[in-house]
Amino acid sequence: MSIPNDTPSPSAASSVSTSGTRIRVNESLAGAMTESTPDLPVSVAAVTSGATDSDDNNGVHESVITTRDLSVFYGSYQAVRNVDMDFGKNRITAMIGPSGCGKSTVLRCFNRMNDLIASARVEGTVMYHGQDVYADDVDTIEVRRRVGMVFQKPNPFPKSIYDNIAYGPRVNGWKVNSMDDVVEEALTRAALWDEVKDKLKESALALSGGQQQRLCIARCIAVQPDVILMDEPCASLDPIATSKIEDLMRELASDYTIIIVTHNMQQAARVSDRTAFFTAEIDDEGVRHGRLVEMDKTNKIFTNPSDPRTEGYISGRFG
Amino acid sequence: MTITEPPLSPPAPLDRPLLKATGEPLRERAFKWLLWFCMAVGLVTLVVLLTYVFIKGWSRLDFRLVTNMPSSVLPETAGAQSAITGTLWLMTFTALWSLPTGILAAIYLEEYGDADRWYNRAIEINILNLAAVPSIVFGILGLAFISRGLGFGPTILTGSITLALLVLPVVVIASREAIRAVPQSIRAGSLALGATQWQTVYRQVLPAAIPGIATGAILALSRAIGEAAPLLMLGVSFVQFNPDGLMSNFTALPVQIYSWTTEARPEYGTLAAAASVVLLILLLSMNSVAIYIRNKTQKRW
Repeated sequence: MSIPNDTPSPSAASSVSTSGTRIRVNESLAGAMTESTPDLPVSVAAVTSGATDSDDNNGVHESVITTRDLSVFYGSYQAVRNVDMDFGKNRITAMIGPSGCGKSTVLRCFNRMNDLIASARVEGTVMYHGQDVYADDVDTIEVRRRVGMVFQKPNPFPKSIYDNIAYGPRVNGWKVNSMDDVVEEALTRAALWDEVKDKLKESALALSGGQQQRLCIARCIAVQPDVILMDEPCASLDPIATSKIEDLMRELASDYTIIIVTHNMQQAARVSDRTAFFTAEIDDEGVRHGRLVEMDKTNKIFTNPSDPRTEGYISGRFG
Repeated sequence: MTITEPPLSPPAPLDRPLLKATGEPLRERAFKWLLWFCMAVGLVTLVVLLTYVFIKGWSRLDFRLVTNMPSSVLPETAGAQSAITGTLWLMTFTALWSLPTGILAAIYLEEYGDADRWYNRAIEINILNLAAVPSIVFGILGLAFISRGLGFGPTILTGSITLALLVLPVVVIASREAIRAVPQSIRAGSLALGATQWQTVYRQVLPAAIPGIATGAILALSRAIGEAAPLLMLGVSFVQFNPDGLMSNFTALPVQIYSWTTEARPEYGTLAAAASVVLLILLLSMNSVAIYIRNKTQKRW
């Protein structure tokens, strides 16, 4: 029932996202010109023609996170198999799929949060700016600082709003001239400053759910990451708070690469530039495991997916 | 579009009322009474005991207890000063040895140790068993290894180490519970910002666990303050001077009370009751300090 009603929304959203993409392409052109001039004519054509269905923005976009043959094991159980993905700079990529398809598991590989689960093991590669995140000499702390994360349930620390934001710079040992400025800037970027500027010393737990989640985003921004991972950030929020977070995501995309896991297909359609569809499959030995089905422009995934499994999920036949 | 609905007809009459109460079932009531009874057993015993001790010791509850030294010949002027100061010294150092050790051990077991490793499981089982070991056994341990083995003798140092070992399992178990109660999402949030594990423990987990740890500390020290058996085992007995250092001989309130109750003259029974009241007052003030700390840390958020 909900799907036919919602069909206009992906296209409406994609026009928004197209214009957003166009601006960002222009911005990244400056950088791209020096390093990959051959791609320039194509991308200029794409920008000027405003063509949304062609995939030619890819050439310009620098890839920030790349996975090759990524598999995640819990003990001997292979939960996710052979995932190849590329996440472009300053793009919002959504990961969608039914429960248990391993999208959150994959997301948690990007900042090595899976390390916290004793039985979890990763095979294949996760490259961050061409550097293997799982290499032996990589500092996990540095990975997590550069690849920030926002969780499903808002998890502010039981401290003041101010201390929540200041925590990241403090634990990273930053010498800042004015912590007040750091806090103000992070809260402003997270569109929370006006709501909390008079109660910075009050407990963060007194904020509403949506404010708490924006505080968590601000907290994440305060350590100046490059990538922000969002694991179903609106799952526990009402529609108004959700729309605020979505607006915020679109704003932040000009400076950050955002990867979002969501159960809400409309949300993926509204906010993302590209969408990856995961599914859970049962192999010949009867083992259920997660797989990446396809990854493409959001517009294409929602209007004309290449894989029938994607189409089945999008149109509500399963999942 | 407006839909006009016909008005609803009144409900059809019922043969028997649907919502009629049959009263609280007997089982429910019986269970409630059982709960009341069990609570009353504990409470009444405590009140009777306190009243008895208070009434019995009333005639000697005065400042002589605090200002005078114990005497085994003159009950009318005997006090418990050396026992009170001894207990204070003993508790201070017992807390000093057992709390940091116990809390750090709990942090290791909860935050660092891999619970699947056999040695961590062995430690865990051992701690649970140690909590159930009778205190006299710790007295034997203290006598053999600390008093004689290390040559510390029946001093404050020996006594406090022995009592610290005695209550260590309680501190560890309570601290672990408190640490475990800190939501995992707090740890994840901290680590995701690039905090190290120690930073996460020190800045997030411990502050959130302090109320629970304080409760554990109260329980542990309350147990230690009332222990006479291990101290008697160590050879702690009658002294008429206040301790002046870790290597000083001493006596403690439970030991003093015990030795008075073994005296034949009834005046000493009164003294023992009065000293028990002093012990209770010490215990209560110690607990209120811990409760104060707990509430203060809780109230912040």
